[in-house]
Amino acid sequence: MVDFAGWAMPVQYPTGIQHEHLAVRHDAGMFDVSHMGQLRVRGPDAIPFLSWATLNDPALLKDGRGQYTLLPNDRGGLIDDLYLYREAADDFLVVANAANVAPVRHHLEQLASEGVAAGAHGAPGSAGAFEVHVRDESDDWALIAVQGPTAAVRLGRVVEADLTAVRKNRFVDTRLSGMPVRLARTGYTGEDGFEAFVRPGDAPSVWQVLLEAGVVPCGLAARDTLRLEAGFPLFGHELTADTNPRCTPFAWVVKDKPAYGLDAILAGTCERRLVGIVLDGRPIPREGYHVLDPDGRRIGTVTSGTLSPLTRRSIALAWVDAAFAAEGTRLAVEVRGQPAPGTVTAPPFHTP
Amino acid sequence: MNIPATLRYTRSHEWATEPDADGLVTVGISDFAQDQLGDVVFVELPEVGRALAAGDAAAVVESVKTASDIYAPVAGEVVAVNDALVDAPEAINTEPYGAGWLFRLRVADAADWSALLDAARYQAVAEEG
Repeated sequence: MVDFAGWAMPVQYPTGIQHEHLAVRHDAGMFDVSHMGQLRVRGPDAIPFLSWATLNDPALLKDGRGQYTLLPNDRGGLIDDLYLYREAADDFLVVANAANVAPVRHHLEQLASEGVAAGAHGAPGSAGAFEVHVRDESDDWALIAVQGPTAAVRLGRVVEADLTAVRKNRFVDTRLSGMPVRLARTGYTGEDGFEAFVRPGDAPSVWQVLLEAGVVPCGLAARDTLRLEAGFPLFGHELTADTNPRCTPFAWVVKDKPAYGLDAILAGTCERRLVGIVLDGRPIPREGYHVLDPDGRRIGTVTSGTLSPLTRRSIALAWVDAAFAAEGTRLAVEVRGQPAPGTVTAPPFHTP
Repeated sequence: MNIPATLRYTRSHEWATEPDADGLVTVGISDFAQDQLGDVVFVELPEVGRALAAGDAAAVVESVKTASDIYAPVAGEVVAVNDALVDAPEAINTEPYGAGWLFRLRVADAADWSALLDAARYQAVAEEG
């Protein structure tokens, strides 16, 4: 067990990282991600407010649908990455990273009270504060992610809802062995699967039911290797207060509509870009290692790296000088003083 | 925890066989060490012919969790390395005292080996973590 943002969490269960990782790629695994924070944003201005506060476009959501988004600061960087779930036009559940719940809440409350000056930043509409209320519901929810190609089948056997009707990024409120559960077809592994929001007191029973349904318990280490194979960012590593999302593979999140902090993001230039790298050999490129050009000059830094348990290739996400960011560019990662050659490769790394 | 009595050990969890008549010593990492590391996925071995002092970083064993330097338990010249580990590093997990050996040294002074930890003393070290 390790301390993770104040939560005691398992790095791995006794069967080990490799077994857990492959269970998610080939069958189904589950992660206790109750450390994730939940904020309720409720009020008549919920849609215009979240549209102003975040970089994706929550106005595109209908009831019962979720959306990945980014929360920008005013310096061209980020405060967190989030998932928004729309329960109703005036009621959203926002999932934030454990360590960021307090700053995200503070920021949202501040933005709500500031409002948008009419016409500022090209924003439409009303001056004055947004009519929304932000409430921290982190203690009201436990969260268990069930991920893998058989997740829907194994989970489907123990819940009342017909999961085939729940498409990606949608959620449904149902019951599991009589316990209320919200199932969102979302995840952080690059596989099909669900995130199950349950009452904290029910979490041990839900876990037990899932164990009996043949879902393999997985720890933090497998969660990290899976998200890295899928090319997903981890806040604090790929995404930080200084990260301009337009210089990353997650630029798609930034939508063309007025948003707080968007001017700074649009004004920023990408001297470096976040790319995927696959090495020729198998030393592990770890966070902080230097990226080298073919002449040995330092042109970047690894943000996350591992040996892919699926493909047995060494993979990394890294910032590199923009001139070396094109797919197929040859470069190297400095591992213990030696260049380990590799190629810029667009994630995901686990699909052919 | 498997700690064969015929071997000697270091506080950094390497094991070494008793020098044979030619002064050859085989080196690997202990069962305790492989268990702590978890699944080993990569091994970097020393060059044959390299002269090592006791305590020199000689090899690297990487698991998903971490990269660990492996130190020469005694002074000597590298005369062989276990190339099979390049393609099958998991042998370190499955057979830490057998197929998972790392490299072989020709030692200058056999007495160096006798000064390493015996199984009982190493067990005490491992139990401390």
